[in-house]
Amino acid sequence: MTSIRLRQKSPVGLSFGRIGAIVLRHYYLLKGSWTRIVELAYWPTMQMIIWGFTTQFFIGHSSWVARATGVLLAAVLLWDIVFRAQLGITVSFLEEHWSRNLANLFVTPLKPTEFALGLMVMSIIRTAIGVGPAVLLAIPLYHFSIFDLGLPLIPFFTCLMIMGWGIGLAVCGLILRFGAGAESFAWATVFGFAPISGIYYPISTLPGWLQPVAWLTPAAYVFEGMRAVMYEGVFRWDLLAGALIVDGVYIIIGIVLFFVAFRWARRQGKLLQQGE
Amino acid sequence: MAHPAIEVVGLTKRFEKVTAVDGLTFEVQAGTTVALLGGNGAGKTTTLAMLLGLLEPTAGEIRVLGRDMRHERAHVLPRMNFSSPYVDLPHRLSTRQNLKIYGYLYGIVDIDVRITSLIEDLDLVGFADRPVGSLSAGQRTRVALAKALINEPELLLLDEPTASLDPDTGDWVRSYLEAYQRRLGATILLASHNMGEVERLCRHVLVMRQGRIVDRGAPEDLISRYGRDNLEQVFLDIARQQGLAAE
Repeated sequence: MTSIRLRQKSPVGLSFGRIGAIVLRHYYLLKGSWTRIVELAYWPTMQMIIWGFTTQFFIGHSSWVARATGVLLAAVLLWDIVFRAQLGITVSFLEEHWSRNLANLFVTPLKPTEFALGLMVMSIIRTAIGVGPAVLLAIPLYHFSIFDLGLPLIPFFTCLMIMGWGIGLAVCGLILRFGAGAESFAWATVFGFAPISGIYYPISTLPGWLQPVAWLTPAAYVFEGMRAVMYEGVFRWDLLAGALIVDGVYIIIGIVLFFVAFRWARRQGKLLQQGE
Repeated sequence: MAHPAIEVVGLTKRFEKVTAVDGLTFEVQAGTTVALLGGNGAGKTTTLAMLLGLLEPTAGEIRVLGRDMRHERAHVLPRMNFSSPYVDLPHRLSTRQNLKIYGYLYGIVDIDVRITSLIEDLDLVGFADRPVGSLSAGQRTRVALAKALINEPELLLLDEPTASLDPDTGDWVRSYLEAYQRRLGATILLASHNMGEVERLCRHVLVMRQGRIVDRGAPEDLISRYGRDNLEQVFLDIARQQGLAAE
């Protein structure tokens, strides 16, 4: 009957083509919108500039900062990885929501898992576009290179990305469940984790009752690990293990919330009726 | 033995206390064009959404192209498609970009050849590289139709395919659908408020009111049975529960 050829005879397994289609959709969107690209890079760069000057001030006034001059800059750049990873997922999802395109997507063979994987790939791309310029600008502006952290940068980056994905998928679930009214979670949620992540100060600074709560965030392990590298020159495998375990919990919670909300949306017809 | 393209038994959808679709049972034979008629809130779009797998039924069975939609949706979706004026394509992307993305989603080989063919067939050449958001309603409808035909579906579900189009563009879309149906022997199920369109395109009509099928038949049979001149008068009788519909 039909004359065209389809790439996959059995669409039961995951398809890289369909994951690639989601990435391509957002690549086209970014390519055609310089304002989106500038917005991605703007905040991380501004944060880096502010914390660069703050570092220069503290070098003369704080022995703690003076011992590891890049500690605040490294912290702000690594924290932005969490934020951009989470935004990379939720903003890409919101783009589908705003353009009322979810129904078109989910009448194709696209599976929710492939959609989520496509959003994760986009999250890596958006994080690179967002944090990359700040990382590179810090080198000539403040003579600080995040790459001086060496190989530990790879597990730090990985753990923070996974944390961002877990939160991002959970927020997508909230948006699916509560509609446009929950959009502000996309920008606000991650900041709820900031005070207990030990970004700019050791976890021991927190009140005793709050410290166990802080160890429930993967970022707390990463930032303690970052300071161990910068102050003591050691890579703490125990902290990496802790970060990965808590990351596992985050990503599982994120996936479960996303799929539960997706199932709910399919029951309630929300894939077809998007918006407020 | 050939299966009907669509087999629906006892299909029901309840949203808390509201029953949007109430025990629908019908078949759509392969290679035919069938209309779902009904006023606003009759349950047409809800029915289409369940057929597409976008909405889970509360009860009932749906078989599409011989497969159970509840358990075998992944096998059926590559062979069907849909278009609705209430579901947009990304506005900032061009027609060509949108078609490429949907081509990949359907796993089409030789995707550029297929896109070029659709752009020529649907007369999209002049604006294929412009953002969809900058197009007129008629142009967008043709782009949405191109998306719906990207995988040459055996089953095409259309929700008000000519809503908000001028008569010339509406006629063009109807002619295209007729030609497509003839060429491929495809099955088309459309929800429409345009009775002229239904009389012209459809061999069979399912009339819905308050989530139920209240009548069905060929357009000419319904017109004759209700003693009316056209399908619009039959529709009004049913909607207002007057004439034969009141009995």
